[in-house]
Amino acid sequence: MGKILHADQMKKCIGCYSCMLACARTIQHDFSPRKAAIQIRSVGGLQSRLVVDICRGCTDPPCALACNCSALSARLDGGVRFYKDKCIGCGNCVEACTAGAIRFDEDNKRPIVCIQCGTCVKYCPHEVLSMK
Amino acid sequence: MTNTSTIRVLEIDLTEKKIIVQDRDDLAPFWGGTGLATRLFAEYAAYDKDPLDPAQPVVLACGPLSAIFPMATKAVAVFRSPLTGEWGESHAGMRIAIAMRFCGFRAIIIRGKAERPVYLTIGPNRVDFQDGTPLWGLPTDETGRILRQTSPGRSFRSCLRIGPAGEKQVAFANVNVDTYRHFGRLGLGAVFGAKLLKAMVIYGEASEPIPDVKHYREVYDSIYHLAVNTDIMEKYHGLGTSGNIAALSALGGLPTENLRKNSFHRSSAISGEAFARDTLVRKVACTGCPVGCIHIGVRRKLFAPGHEYEAAYLSYDYELIFALGSLLGITTQEQIYDLIEYVEMSGMDAITAGVLLAWLTEAYQKGVVTKEELGVEPVFNNETNYIRILEDIVNQPNTLYRLLACGTNRAAQKLGGQEFALTLGNNEMAGYHTGYANLLGLSFGTRHSHLDNAGYSIDQKALRNNFSREQIVREIIAEEKWRNVLNSLCVCLFAREVYTKENICAALSCVGITVTGEDLDKLGEEIFHIKNQIRLKLGYNPNNLTFADRYFETPALGQELSRQTLNDLAAIYRRLAGI
Repeated sequence: MGKILHADQMKKCIGCYSCMLACARTIQHDFSPRKAAIQIRSVGGLQSRLVVDICRGCTDPPCALACNCSALSARLDGGVRFYKDKCIGCGNCVEACTAGAIRFDEDNKRPIVCIQCGTCVKYCPHEVLSMK
Repeated sequence: MTNTSTIRVLEIDLTEKKIIVQDRDDLAPFWGGTGLATRLFAEYAAYDKDPLDPAQPVVLACGPLSAIFPMATKAVAVFRSPLTGEWGESHAGMRIAIAMRFCGFRAIIIRGKAERPVYLTIGPNRVDFQDGTPLWGLPTDETGRILRQTSPGRSFRSCLRIGPAGEKQVAFANVNVDTYRHFGRLGLGAVFGAKLLKAMVIYGEASEPIPDVKHYREVYDSIYHLAVNTDIMEKYHGLGTSGNIAALSALGGLPTENLRKNSFHRSSAISGEAFARDTLVRKVACTGCPVGCIHIGVRRKLFAPGHEYEAAYLSYDYELIFALGSLLGITTQEQIYDLIEYVEMSGMDAITAGVLLAWLTEAYQKGVVTKEELGVEPVFNNETNYIRILEDIVNQPNTLYRLLACGTNRAAQKLGGQEFALTLGNNEMAGYHTGYANLLGLSFGTRHSHLDNAGYSIDQKALRNNFSREQIVREIIAEEKWRNVLNSLCVCLFAREVYTKENICAALSCVGITVTGEDLDKLGEEIFHIKNQIRLKLGYNPNNLTFADRYFETPALGQELSRQTLNDLAAIYRRLAGI
């Protein structure tokens, strides 16, 4: 059964961005954490708390519904598969994700989509992230 | 040295409101950080002009590994110090490395003086000169809040700002970086203030394709493993550096009450263990560091009857607890937090502020300064009075306070009390009284900082191994040279055991730089000599070092120190360093 990324321990997050760096290098082959499908940020500066924007693993994902070029399809257990070759870069999925988890990569004109691979979890030093 | 890439340098002229971007091949052998900033400072420095003259440059530099390898989190600032008149160098972390890297500039040079208060926003494709007038006068936290609200690049930006201390050109004013880190020492804040530069927001969202993904992943993983799955970094994440308070107090190496003592009878109340138990609420990390050494504690304060509380979240570490704690005879965490909060908001260096207050307390006791001039009595363990004094150091209502704003050394030179002024090379001492290597390292080190060569650590090694005098000096010089390498890469010095020569060479190979361990040594050596040449031109005189009597009156780690031995060691240093 496929697992879904969870970030239910965000109070433990130290803001190291190791997860973002891991996603960017593994999936996008880029050094820049801006390319990651997981985005850590602070709310009100570093004195307050850190939050995360991640794919919520919808079982009936609106991003896939909005995709009219068959680049996104629902996974059986939640989340989506992304077929990059089929994507034409319309950005409908970005609009459709009301959790704000999909961003558009202006460099290559494609969305940055979480594929629930779990790489970020492996590089979280504080057990903030998990696949379940 | 291998010359494999081009260094992109952004030069900003505040007077003309113009920028120049240069891609320079000639700088590539210096990589970044301290090596690159040293080379650029040598080019741009106005040797015949005052540290606060508009012509003086500020050079900021990150390194080739910045943000893409674990713990490569620092940036280096080089400037002429208004505190010492000499070499100014300070390092800061948090988000500055990631912001600079993905902004695309390895170095940023700031020159000139703005016509009116200004702040800069610097991105990959633009530099904007923003009117800083509404921010002028604001403390560092409110300045940061407004910058976050109005500037681009959220999550990938770094907010550098000064507080009122920098605006008033207090010689030890700092530059706050992203709330919890600082270009702390030697007065960069005053240089910003003199340039009417309130703040800089650097943001970076550019992409950078990885040349060899598989190789990078292998090298990254091996370094990440050392950081996370071994015990090398645990001391920094666990209790943090404050774990040394109780340990050094027990050994007789914790400067207390202006170093009249070397251990503190209340160390158990302000130890790292006590802070962790009572007030630690979370830890945070610089971007790209999986360790998380920044310890945040809460100061809960009753501000009115009826259970009216306010709370402040402040970072603490060893140096803060020493400088604003034991050195001032402060006995509770709450008092230390109140002092930390004031130096944070006003934007001044905590170590310098603490050493100055400690000197002032003793100077007052001995009649060197009077209550009439001060308006308030400096008394050990009285943080309320200390805060009032710090406020007046910022406001400078009279001649005495204008002098105190110049730092301990100049105040003691003018008023007396040099025999108990805890400065070395005109810079206020860090929190170690461990022996000769510490005193020597602080005196000769490029920036007169314990981070130059870790003399305090060499003292303990020397005691264990019964080092000869020459061995002690050789260790200090070798450590300083090696740290020039680490600081050119901008890796955190806490990670120095992770970044071995082998690991550095492997990491550099991922960004197309091919070097050997021998090349690394050569670079460290070269930077050491260039820095010393510049320092001599700035007025540093290694033959004219002075040591306060106090260092010899209070034993260090149980050992009585002699002035003669220290002078002998200094002579050995000059010979071996060729200065």
